[in-house]
Amino acid sequence: MSKGTLFDKVWDLHTVGTLPSGLTQLFIGLHLIHEVTSPQAFAMLRERGLKVLFPERTVATVDHIVPTENQARPFADTLAEEMIQALEQNCKENNITFYNIGSGSQGIVHVIAPELGLTQPGLTIACGDSHTSSHGAFGAIAFGIGTSQVRDVLASQTLALSKLKVRKIEVNGTLNPGVFAKDVILHIIRTLGVKGGVGYAYEYAGTTFDQMNMEERMTVCNMAIEGGARCGYVNPDQVTYDYLKGRDFAPKDADWDKAVAWWESIKSDVDAVYDDVVVFDAADIPPTVTWGITPGQGIGINQFVPKPEELLEEDRFIAEEAYRYMDLLPGQPIKGTKIDVCFIGSCTNGRISDLREAAKIAKGRKVAEGIKAFVVPGSERVKQEAEAEGLDKIFQEAGFEWREPGCSMCLAMNPDKLQGRQISASSSNRNFKGRQGSSSGRTLLMSPAMVATAAIKGEVSDVRELL
Amino acid sequence: MVSEVKTVSGRAIPLVGNDIDTDRIIPARYLKAITFDGLGEGAFIDDRKALNGQHPFDQPQYQGANILIVNRNFGCGSSREHAPQAIAKWGIQALIGESFAEIFFGNCVAMGIPCLTADAATIKQLQELVAANPQAAVTVNLETLQVQIADYTAPVVIGEGTRSTFIAGTWDACGQLVANADQVRATAAKLPYISWGQLAAS
Repeated sequence: MSKGTLFDKVWDLHTVGTLPSGLTQLFIGLHLIHEVTSPQAFAMLRERGLKVLFPERTVATVDHIVPTENQARPFADTLAEEMIQALEQNCKENNITFYNIGSGSQGIVHVIAPELGLTQPGLTIACGDSHTSSHGAFGAIAFGIGTSQVRDVLASQTLALSKLKVRKIEVNGTLNPGVFAKDVILHIIRTLGVKGGVGYAYEYAGTTFDQMNMEERMTVCNMAIEGGARCGYVNPDQVTYDYLKGRDFAPKDADWDKAVAWWESIKSDVDAVYDDVVVFDAADIPPTVTWGITPGQGIGINQFVPKPEELLEEDRFIAEEAYRYMDLLPGQPIKGTKIDVCFIGSCTNGRISDLREAAKIAKGRKVAEGIKAFVVPGSERVKQEAEAEGLDKIFQEAGFEWREPGCSMCLAMNPDKLQGRQISASSSNRNFKGRQGSSSGRTLLMSPAMVATAAIKGEVSDVRELL
Repeated sequence: MVSEVKTVSGRAIPLVGNDIDTDRIIPARYLKAITFDGLGEGAFIDDRKALNGQHPFDQPQYQGANILIVNRNFGCGSSREHAPQAIAKWGIQALIGESFAEIFFGNCVAMGIPCLTADAATIKQLQELVAANPQAAVTVNLETLQVQIADYTAPVVIGEGTRSTFIAGTWDACGQLVANADQVRATAAKLPYISWGQLAAS
């Protein structure tokens, strides 16, 4: 059993008590809500005659269904319009702060909470979205939850949970040029498997994470859930404090010093006990691409689609399904795979640093003929910052479309969708069958710089050739 | 709102495959609604279309079944409760599998649907028994922690805390959580960030 980790300390501080079931009642410091998983929760509250207990610790935005081309209201999609209206109404009735389109701070929920300074070390955070694990980058314990639990948090500001084990994932050394945070997490998931993290919180430690900026850490924590872990986190450090200082909701003046002292105290102890430790060497991580239908089916850019006999027996069934669905042959190189669509965005890789890395590749080059390539900033602030730096121009001159913020084609609940058998190079987090809006559409996950490279070359290519 | 779940009886449906994700259980286009009504028809819809009537959810012998037998890491992916809701709306009242993704498991519990596990060999045996005799009577017993298919009985596992919530009818945690509002406020008051972080814009 773990002892002295940040997870243990934050868990203990937020424990309200033990429920008759033996589960822990855990206080949630920040509840983030959006339009897809909250309307049914508010309906359940109304059915039971319950009120929101801590509306002042609940923050809302709209992201999943937002169109990225024409955002004029009412939305052309009447179902999307109905969803945003339900959120507007629920927030108004319950006095919940809502960052609506045009507020200047709307965006993907996991992008805006950090940029507003809402996400802080030591908090417990919950949101009806599995990528809530992103907020762990700050040393928060952040859970994705279902709608019944969204109801529970609204009604009680708590969740009934059983404590997780803690696995320390140590990555040491400096990443090679052309290798990004996305490659690190795809490499980890590929190695430990998509169910490797079930029952665990992942603590990411080691000199590789020490060297990463906050946005890179968010990318890694974002995909903890894709490895089966319920949450992932990085201990807070000076990088965290430098990012937070001065943000809208960060502690101010004397509170700031108190906050930093408290944040230092909740870090994992040097002699903390872990349930498990796994160590990686940064030098071993190549630019990584997925070839299959789970985020664990990844390979290095210069590797080949694995043959069934190279896989563990338990992984062969889903591999067979992946060959058929992806129309890729075992033993074939992934490099050179022709692409139809290139998508840069999502809660994994729609932040300003992602757009900067992709723009470096796009600058002065042209998107290959016949490729649809588009960039969707993660938030209104990211969009504004990118435009101030001229990134929009770089992308547009190269032939990329420049869009309004939202979740977009990551899960295609808006008009951005693959058509038919189209295959995409995507900076998003899931390559599940049908994920990007077509029941036969195909997704290859990779870093934003690799997506930009694929757009320029028209096929899966090694970003290092364009650095 | 509270009801005991001690046994689930009926017929079973085998669904073979590892890592079946939430997007396959219910494609994203079915999420565009403000209620869970109507999700049943979208359950596994893309897989069903691809298999052209041969998906277990379409095969006539499994219509009306209420116990789903799955393999490894079922329900991985999104936290969306739409996935278990779609399965529940289709008529499933209990799941047995090698393993479940954690949030999916939690969502099922919160909805009063037990998810029990057994080793790979047992699951394979259960799936084969049901395929051979789809009309067989199946009972999942949370008190004895056994599943019975016709005259075959196998042990199944579920965490003791979760098991007790089903048996006692306290699986719906909301009421208990709400009842402790005073302790919740007391816990919050001890957290330093509550005083320095004013989140409400109004």
